[in-house]
Amino acid sequence: MSIIVNNIKKGFNGTEILKDISFEFEKGKTNCIIGQSGSGKSVLTKCIVGLYEVDSGEVIYGGENFSSMNKAERKHIRTQIGMLFQGSALFDSSNVEENVMFPLKMFSNMSKEEMLDRVNFCLKRVELENTNHLYPSEISGGMQKRVAIARAIALNPQYLFCDEPNSGLDPKTSIVIDNLIYDLTKEYDITTVVITHDMNSVMEIGENIMYIHEGQNWWTGDKRSIVTTDNKEIGDFVYASKFMKQLRGKLS
Amino acid sequence: MNLFEHIGRFILMIGQAFKKPEKWSVLRKNIVIEINTIGISSLSIVALLSLFMGAVMVIQTAANIDSPLIPAYTVGFATRQSMILEFSSTMICLILAGKVGSNIASEIGTMRLTEQIDALEVMGVNSINHLVLPKILASLFIFPFIVLISMGLGLIGGGLIGTQTGIITLEKYIMGLQYYFDPFSITYSLIKTLFFAFFIATIPSYFGYYVNPSGGALEVGKSGTKSVVASSMTILLINLIITYFLLL
Repeated sequence: MSIIVNNIKKGFNGTEILKDISFEFEKGKTNCIIGQSGSGKSVLTKCIVGLYEVDSGEVIYGGENFSSMNKAERKHIRTQIGMLFQGSALFDSSNVEENVMFPLKMFSNMSKEEMLDRVNFCLKRVELENTNHLYPSEISGGMQKRVAIARAIALNPQYLFCDEPNSGLDPKTSIVIDNLIYDLTKEYDITTVVITHDMNSVMEIGENIMYIHEGQNWWTGDKRSIVTTDNKEIGDFVYASKFMKQLRGKLS
Repeated sequence: MNLFEHIGRFILMIGQAFKKPEKWSVLRKNIVIEINTIGISSLSIVALLSLFMGAVMVIQTAANIDSPLIPAYTVGFATRQSMILEFSSTMICLILAGKVGSNIASEIGTMRLTEQIDALEVMGVNSINHLVLPKILASLFIFPFIVLISMGLGLIGGGLIGTQTGIITLEKYIMGLQYYFDPFSITYSLIKTLFFAFFIATIPSYFGYYVNPSGGALEVGKSGTKSVVASSMTILLINLIITYFLLL
């Protein structure tokens, strides 16, 4: 099921951050929201998952208008959402097993054994077997991201949101996380939304890309078209460094 | 935000906290954890303070009685009244407002800063209910016990110092403790404690939950300070109101 955002506007203290954004996040694809820092990517994401209420416009999950629902009505949609936060957002006082088990405890009627099986399955899927009893402070940033992904997929979500999944990670670990997100999207045929400004990540997994500039949907396309587009803003973003500009010159 | 906006948002938060929990089993487990964090871990400081305060009260009372017409057991009587009516409830709760309050504010504030609260909300968990309700219920349950323990230890501390230094004999001290004892004074103290417990759990939760995440660690520190000041002032105000209505 896809996610459609229609004419979303959002402002804070009189400053308009999102200016009439519309886009369709397609099912079974890794949809990327890219843009410079401060362009409104995170605000848009928080509007889509309901952490912020939109000023106008609508967010539609699989045909259901999420924006017009009240808190209780949203619950069944929320249980279909998994989210990987920029800082992983693992619960510090809980170990890896308890973190992954948390959504199962809250929203499933599984027995303790069934929950443990599911936790072990999810941890195995992110290649973190035998880390059950470690605390977030005892594992690396990359491992924390993978635990957060395991927690996000514990309830078999239909929608996966990843906010800056590679921030603070080295390029090699970033590729591992990117590939994991991509593989999970294909494996479970879910709608994945990745918020990033890391072009390596976009070129690795971006299938349906929206470029936000000054709170507007400036450009949409895929990872092939993003390198060939004539759009100046996109060009400045993709080829930001001198090296990339030189490379572009040579390629053209 | 002005004071009335804070009070309004605080009341709305309390309303959210008392909504039906997602899972009763999770709530029960969280209450047990909070009883340990809020109550059991505070026992040592409460015990130490109570023993010493009881001892100091005996010395102070004895030192200020210089008339031979005032009976010796007055030392025990004054110590009992001071411990039960004010020290064990109000003073201990003021101290716990500092210890427990700053802990709660920084814990919830850090959860806000590190997006753990957002993670709960995205999952569909009522984060206020999940985080604040166990703290309220645990405080309401454990604080009366802490206050009762403080009363007992304060009186023991007074007895120990009084008898060991020769200020008063044990018989006279016990006579003083029993003299004109009104059990309602303990009820009064426990009623106050329940109110104090509620505000010690909720005010720091409020300041932690609504911390400005863009302010970083500085804002979390400020929220701890604000919560201690606000809860201490609330305790003093509530103490005055309850004392007026229950004792006059």
